[in-house]
Amino acid sequence: MPKDASIKKVLIIGSGPIQIGQAAEFDYSGSQACKSLREENVETILVNSNPATIQTDIDSADKVYVEPLTADVVAKIIEKEKVDAILPTMGGQTGLNIAIDLEKMGALEGIRVLGSPIETINNVEDRDLFGKFMDRLNEPIPKCQAVNSLEEAYEAVKEIGYPVIVRPGFTLGGTGGGIANNKKEFEEIVTHGLEMSFINQVLIDESVLGWQEFEYEVMRDKNDSCIIVCNMENIDQMGIHTGESVVVAPTQTLSDEDNQKLRRASIKIIRALGIEGGCNIQFAVHPETKEYKVIEVNPRVSRSSALASKATGYSIAKVSSKVALGMTLDEIKNDITKETPASFEPAVDYVIAKVPRWPFDKFKGNTGELGVQMQSTGEVMAIGRTIEEALQKSIRSLDIDQEAFEYTEYTDYDLEHATDQRFFQIYSALKDGREVEELAEITKINSFFINKIKDIVDVEEKIQSQGISVLDDSDVLIKIKQYGFSDKRIGELLDVTEDTVAQARDKIGLRPEYKMVDTCAGEFEAKTPYYYGTYDSLPEDKPKDKKKIAILGAGPIRIGQGIEFDYCCVHAALALKDENVETILINNNPETVSTDYDISDRLYFEPLTKEDVLNVIKEEKPDGVIVQFGGQTSINLAESLNDAGIEILGTPFESIDMVEDREQFTEVLNELGIPQADYGITNSFEDALEAAHNIGYPVLVRPSYVLGGRAMEIVYDDNELQDYMKEAVKVSKEHPILVDKFLEDSIELDVDALCDGEDVYVCGIMEHIEEAGIHSGDSACVIPPQSVPENIIEQVEEYTRKLALKLGVIGLINIQYAIKMDPEPKLYIIEANPRASRTVPFVSKSIGIPIAKIASKLMLGKKLSDFELKNYADIDHVSVKESVFPFLKIPNADSVLGPEMKSTGESMGIDKNFGLAYYKAQLSASMRLPTEGKIFLSVRDMDKPKIESIAKKAKELGFGLIATKGTAEAAPGVDIDVIRKVSQGSPNIRDAMINGEVAFVINTPSGKQSADDGYIIRRLAIELGIPYVTTIAGANAVLTAIEEISKGELNVKSLNEYAE
Amino acid sequence: MYLLNRGKKVVKTAKLALEDGTILIGEGFGAETIKTGEIVFSTAMTGYVESLTDPSFKGQILMSTYPLEGNYGVSPEWYQSENIKAEAYVVRQVCYNPCHPKSEQTLPEFLEKEGVPGISNIDTRALTLKIREVGSMRAAVANVDITDEELLKIVKEQPHIEDMNLVDEVCVKQPKIIRERQEYNVAVLDCGVKKNIIDQLLRQDVGVIVVPPSTSAQEIIDLNVNGVLVSSGPGNPENVDKIQDTIKILAEKMPIAGICLGLQIISLAYGAKIYKMKFGHRGSNQPVKNLKTDHVFMTAQNHSFAIDPDSIEGTDLKITQINLNDNTPEAIEHKTLPISCIQYHPEAGPGPHDSIKFFEDFVERLK
Repeated sequence: MPKDASIKKVLIIGSGPIQIGQAAEFDYSGSQACKSLREENVETILVNSNPATIQTDIDSADKVYVEPLTADVVAKIIEKEKVDAILPTMGGQTGLNIAIDLEKMGALEGIRVLGSPIETINNVEDRDLFGKFMDRLNEPIPKCQAVNSLEEAYEAVKEIGYPVIVRPGFTLGGTGGGIANNKKEFEEIVTHGLEMSFINQVLIDESVLGWQEFEYEVMRDKNDSCIIVCNMENIDQMGIHTGESVVVAPTQTLSDEDNQKLRRASIKIIRALGIEGGCNIQFAVHPETKEYKVIEVNPRVSRSSALASKATGYSIAKVSSKVALGMTLDEIKNDITKETPASFEPAVDYVIAKVPRWPFDKFKGNTGELGVQMQSTGEVMAIGRTIEEALQKSIRSLDIDQEAFEYTEYTDYDLEHATDQRFFQIYSALKDGREVEELAEITKINSFFINKIKDIVDVEEKIQSQGISVLDDSDVLIKIKQYGFSDKRIGELLDVTEDTVAQARDKIGLRPEYKMVDTCAGEFEAKTPYYYGTYDSLPEDKPKDKKKIAILGAGPIRIGQGIEFDYCCVHAALALKDENVETILINNNPETVSTDYDISDRLYFEPLTKEDVLNVIKEEKPDGVIVQFGGQTSINLAESLNDAGIEILGTPFESIDMVEDREQFTEVLNELGIPQADYGITNSFEDALEAAHNIGYPVLVRPSYVLGGRAMEIVYDDNELQDYMKEAVKVSKEHPILVDKFLEDSIELDVDALCDGEDVYVCGIMEHIEEAGIHSGDSACVIPPQSVPENIIEQVEEYTRKLALKLGVIGLINIQYAIKMDPEPKLYIIEANPRASRTVPFVSKSIGIPIAKIASKLMLGKKLSDFELKNYADIDHVSVKESVFPFLKIPNADSVLGPEMKSTGESMGIDKNFGLAYYKAQLSASMRLPTEGKIFLSVRDMDKPKIESIAKKAKELGFGLIATKGTAEAAPGVDIDVIRKVSQGSPNIRDAMINGEVAFVINTPSGKQSADDGYIIRRLAIELGIPYVTTIAGANAVLTAIEEISKGELNVKSLNEYAE
Repeated sequence: MYLLNRGKKVVKTAKLALEDGTILIGEGFGAETIKTGEIVFSTAMTGYVESLTDPSFKGQILMSTYPLEGNYGVSPEWYQSENIKAEAYVVRQVCYNPCHPKSEQTLPEFLEKEGVPGISNIDTRALTLKIREVGSMRAAVANVDITDEELLKIVKEQPHIEDMNLVDEVCVKQPKIIRERQEYNVAVLDCGVKKNIIDQLLRQDVGVIVVPPSTSAQEIIDLNVNGVLVSSGPGNPENVDKIQDTIKILAEKMPIAGICLGLQIISLAYGAKIYKMKFGHRGSNQPVKNLKTDHVFMTAQNHSFAIDPDSIEGTDLKITQINLNDNTPEAIEHKTLPISCIQYHPEAGPGPHDSIKFFEDFVERLK
């Protein structure tokens, strides 16, 4: 039976900005869905507010809407486009939530919901309904009860039985819970929890802590045929979110009996739910009895399904989309073998390890303790023939300045309470001679896995005891490599350099062979080229035919290096394909579109280290390598590639060095007559102090060669500088500290430009909303600029042109400028990066030109004149980018912005004027700006002169105002109610917020300590979901937006209409 | 040369020789001996204990394509017969430190006690691709010192599996009552039956008696059973003596079911032809489609021989299920007689339980 012919036009709902728990995997699934549906001649409409996605490319779907992902907006699109059906299961939790809301508001009348019926979504999303549903199925779940008093709690625990987990319903930072093993502990924790909870509620959960956690990826079609695409085992036990766990696939410690038990339950559940498509089911399994409980069911594609797809080569999103259209599994071909159908279960002949990437380096004071809340921003996957190999490869993929297990300080408390360091700590304990069984007992990790780490420890000892002679012993060396050791690590153990080990390998011809990911463990011939390196056998030399280019990816998603770079890599691959050049892509992020095996001609799922990349290059012998698109990860490899005599396409490698070495850069700027702020380069506190005094405070300090503003700070006096220097030494030993004059109260600009070596095309000038000093990645920005004088714009264009040509840029360059408005507007350059920046997708979508693709073609020798580019300023709409922050997910994180980047993703709003575009961008970033109610004002002293005009405007817009005493006094001409600070006793601002009396918060932070009133207010706003701003510039923009939205309703318009 | 001496035993160099002259060097585990057999690969990712003890592997050297084996140890609960039936075991990495509450010994210990040699650190994927290209081959695993030439000689001197009568080596020699008479009773013609087949029949509350494949029709009729199940087993179905005639007589009187080798024997009895496949089907992920319902389900399989679908033409048999990977017949029914048999393993162990209803349906037909 082919697809259901009544489905002609489908709306696919995206997942919005990248945030913790919802990352690039949904760009992958949504893009796959668009492609799959179009293959079946279904007209596709896509909506997503995240510009940095492949799915929002204008040619991904028949129509693309970059609009806020809220039910009211999506309903407008449904009405405007007259779709037959929506597909909500490709857009993560956001997609499901919108579907539920659409149903509630009655917007789905006559509209089919593909994939998972609304009833199914409700049955798994609503905890109560879920419990009842599983009860009817006779599938066990952990018991849970919400109680409001100690008496009720006693009743609950009587039924549930010890141990229980007590979680206060709604507290600041999720604090105040615990595990109770007996009545005494229970009473204590419940009493405390009830006190901590703003709503006097605690949840009593049956504890499955210490149980093992497994995931099954199930697929079902309308004929009720079901398959398990992949099963996965979390090495970390229950109690640690699966997104926070190190995961291996397939399962390792389940017997066939155990495995079939969970398989049967999975199929039973998906059948009962009536899902047509993919579904993820999580189980807790008791380590001794092997009894199981169903923990969670996700009736949609997920992070795990993206992982499972990359782990097996079986595209869950693609097959789910086709099944949602009414096709059956046996009608869909397995893309990899091209011969066999999709109705089979992949068999793998390797093991994958997934390791999360955490942002704890960005949030000072966070302990890194892992728990039920996901905190990681991204993940890596590595493929090996053994667990040892997969684990070691995944560590090198993380891009954390660490190529292997390394000794890490630990205590027994650490071993018991997992942090991001746990596996390194287990390794260290084994190094210290601790027993495997003992560690398994403490950590609750199956000893099978600890034994694997022990193997690594043992091999290291073997290397050290045999000494340097291992390098001449090919039998031994190949076995060491089979355990996944990098040259660098072997070198460290032998006290020789990485290059010495590499040379020894070269001498005996030892390099990895590349095995294929083929879904069938070699049973059938596979056609799709998806490879991983391993050392089972020696490789054979391949003949080289066509011109080919390797593209280096960006690795795991982290703060500072997000999906934007994956977007650029995908565009590069597509552009090269256009030019009939073969593409080799190297990357290790399982979530992304770039690691979809049909994006490039050959995909190598490998770590992005010097050794791993050079090995692929030796295998493939490409004509050149593109390093411009993979962010700092790929740029960092430029030098090694250059040294190895490999051609780097586009901008010469020397130019990268020229802009990153401040002295060289200054020379260039002086020659071109481009002004920059005063600065100094220093290696010690004394130097820094002297530089700061010469330049004058405030100064911006940072280590050279860092990404995302890591360890960047604005310091106002000697004490702060001294504190900073103590910290900074830890960040980077090899590179000096830069001290720059901080340009206070200036407007910052971001510019992306293309250069072919002879000519320059300015693609877009973005004006930041927030003032300089806030990391450009965290600031909202607007195209075209709203408040920059014409002559300055001309100057920006001129400087950009001069610098790009001087640096010999072939491809993209990003330059940041600051305009000091006082006394006369004056333009300074802040920094330049001759590579793709994170704003490339935003600019591309704003001006409707795919600049990463053009950059790739320039690298192949095309000229700008070949493209007939229209003037960048020739647009009559306004685009706003807003940043999205992970504060809610990171306990105790303060929402104050600064030079250190903290955002995980971005949203885009497009409309006819700034106010509306800004409103949409805010809405997409989960800030629904109010049009009525009370605004709370509390600003630091230096902002007080600016508060009166804001207060006035708010009043004009009809808002009530409340403020702390100091702030109210700063706006004497406006009628403001004074409210007490938290520290001044009740009733205070905290009570007002909890009682829902505050519609909007304007709070600018004073000082650096976060345990003050301001912190509590900001944290409350985050947890209560009250929209807020923390800058004056932001407050002004918000009021402009509210003014515009109050004039009329929000309209939707597709990118296709903007392009007309 | 080994990096790690795992467990208590020192690992020894082992050799795997193929009839095409290939010699692979690996690390030995299990018994220190030499065993010959036809090398075959299985893509199942769990269930090594079940597979090794499956009588269908008699005469074969089993290789797992999944690289890590022995992870969860060995429990007698998972045995499909009393001991290991495979001749030898080839893996990429064997686990010396398993962790599972049911495990009573490690996989290397198990092989050692059973006198079966194992070889690890073999590039099993490369070898799988070779078998995929050239087909199953005669081979030997040696866990003792032997020259390449001597080992190859042993490999080439062994008979081809299609010429052997392996069923006699694994079947019961005397009738064996598993459960006393019940309302309904089944005789299992044992060609190398698996424990799970018996267990599944027992779950249907029937009396079960297992008899040798050479048992005559009259002897079975005298047992007063309601139906007969012809079991799975090793080797060439054409080499099982007299059984085809027995089936033809019995089918006139009672329902007959067949599993795997059982299906092949029954099909031969009614005029179908079989052929030896290039490398067979072995694994837990084989998709089968029921042609009556269009329903697709996953099956466990383990067979080297298959029914030639063209040979069904003109017989009284019909194909009711097919394999979606290569369209080979997966279920055969007789047009008039109560015969229904399947090529895959509905009893699982290892593998999915998707088709476990086969037993219920069979017992239903007895009523």
